[in-house]
Amino acid sequence: MRPIHVVPLGDADRTRVENLCGPLARVFRAHVEIREVSCDVEFFFDHVRVQYNSTKIIDFLQRDIARKKTVSGDGLPLKVLAVSSEDLFIPILTYVFGEAQLGGEIAVVSYHRLQNERYGLRPDPALAQSRLLKESIHELGHTFGLIHCSSQECVMHTSTYAEDIDLKHDAFCPACQEVLQSGLHSSGA
Amino acid sequence: MNKNEIGILVVDDELIVRESLSKWFREDGFRVDAAENAAAALKKLQGGSWNLMLVDIKMPGMDGIELLQRVKEIDKNIVVIIITAFASVDTAVKALKDGAYDYITKPIDPDYLDHLVEKAIRQQQLTAENLRLKETVTELSTPSEIIGDSAEIAKVLELVDTVAVTDTTVLIRGESGTGKELVARAIHTRSARKYFPLVTVNCGAMTETLLESELFGHERGAFTGAQYRRKGKVELADGGTLFLDEIGNIDTKTQMDLLRVLETKQFTRVGGTEVLRSDFRVICATNRDLEKAVKEGFFREDLYYRLNVFTIPLPPLRARRGDIARLAHFFVEKYSAAMNKQVRGFSPEAMHAIKAYDWPGNVRELENAVERAMVVTTGEVIEKEHLPLHTTASTRGNGKRLEDMERQYIESVLRETGWNVSRSAAILDIDRVTLYHKIEKYGLKRES
Repeated sequence: MRPIHVVPLGDADRTRVENLCGPLARVFRAHVEIREVSCDVEFFFDHVRVQYNSTKIIDFLQRDIARKKTVSGDGLPLKVLAVSSEDLFIPILTYVFGEAQLGGEIAVVSYHRLQNERYGLRPDPALAQSRLLKESIHELGHTFGLIHCSSQECVMHTSTYAEDIDLKHDAFCPACQEVLQSGLHSSGA
Repeated sequence: MNKNEIGILVVDDELIVRESLSKWFREDGFRVDAAENAAAALKKLQGGSWNLMLVDIKMPGMDGIELLQRVKEIDKNIVVIIITAFASVDTAVKALKDGAYDYITKPIDPDYLDHLVEKAIRQQQLTAENLRLKETVTELSTPSEIIGDSAEIAKVLELVDTVAVTDTTVLIRGESGTGKELVARAIHTRSARKYFPLVTVNCGAMTETLLESELFGHERGAFTGAQYRRKGKVELADGGTLFLDEIGNIDTKTQMDLLRVLETKQFTRVGGTEVLRSDFRVICATNRDLEKAVKEGFFREDLYYRLNVFTIPLPPLRARRGDIARLAHFFVEKYSAAMNKQVRGFSPEAMHAIKAYDWPGNVRELENAVERAMVVTTGEVIEKEHLPLHTTASTRGNGKRLEDMERQYIESVLRETGWNVSRSAAILDIDRVTLYHKIEKYGLKRES
């Protein structure tokens, strides 16, 4: 069974990234491993917006996979989740917590806006980690073809504020779980 | 409504914007497509149904405001949200005046975008639902608009009830102003098709080409000025009733096309090739002598037989004089409410004039006369001079039926003699028994 690769980008906190692997493995019932990718994150930096372009990050990782496919089919991941510490955006929106290819292979998530200190509150590393895990599951869920869910507790419920993330669980609702199972099956996981 | 049934069209010349927004809404489960300019958007508008459009204001060629105007011409229910690079009050006001739901500036706050789209779609759905409910409630709660308790009207209502439950084609015949459309509506609202539209086509008010396009719709470019595809009344009546008013006035070619669609329930839009189907019931009306028109070759015999399955003849108002007073009071109540006036009714002289008048324009003329009187009256009662019939009534004579003239003359003699039957009979040079018969025949009553 092919693994899910978790890629720390730039100076992303390795401990936070490592702490994601176990829960992700349980949720997706797949082997999850950290993979280092050498890239200069400044390439994704937009000097006008002073933010990082998540679409460019996904394009880069897509090309990285395509290159690997041409060299050798061995060791190809089931999905790739990049984790960033930077503020991400897509051109039309002011910010995003993450971005994913719907029904594709790549997802990216950032914990920049998930931390209390960004909003002038007392740091809460456990809460930030919980939010990061939920958003990681959410973006990976998109790569399995899942769309936003109307159930407020489902991890696929859309969240545009950090506090919204706290309202949902780090698990799929039964309907989304069913779609995920079918996605996992067709992905050969 | 499921989100995948809701169509969002993103119109922006920047590929990255189209891709980002499309992806954002796709993750929400919407049906999404994108167009790189206004022309492409209009094309996509023809090919599918869209609930919401996000339109960039600044595009090469036709800009977002012009596209907004075009979209609203095609379908005013589509929600259009304008995207601008800079917040400009002038532009925003212009967009909103032209019917945009709202405008947003780039880059968009994702939370604001989600809420705006959700709110717009909810409002669109509520508006549509509200309209549907209003129509249904109106149809179900409106009491019969056919006023009168004369034997003639009772017969009409009986025929309406008999035919309403069937799907039979109905031909309503009667003079102008006798209420043919009301009868058509009564049949529709009492039929199983009442939850679907009643679509009226006034065949007499259109030229041959216009009527054809009105009935069957047209494709884009079918003729000069046909910039967009348009559904015809036949298509719009799907599930409901098609009411063809003044059917006796349609030209020979349209008669042929109409016969075909009545027989097959299939048609083609003007300038199109696609064969479309529509399930509708036909009610038509005419004040023409169709039999004579058939004999003279102005009306197709086969169409005549196709339409003349179940006929409802409507009596002229002069043939149901007993309903005149009730109708007049009904219109007083109607316009009192509409004009916010406290008018109670008519003076005895006014009512006498109303009853004596011939009403060649039938109920429509009576309604217009009451409406006019309601406008000019300042008191609680409509006086004879408020009614626009004194000159017409007194000078009319030519063209009036002999019976009408006889009735009017007898009535005036009776009035002169204070309803002294013997003296009146002497003046009229008829015996008393004959006069009593005449009084009964014409429904003449002494005014209290």
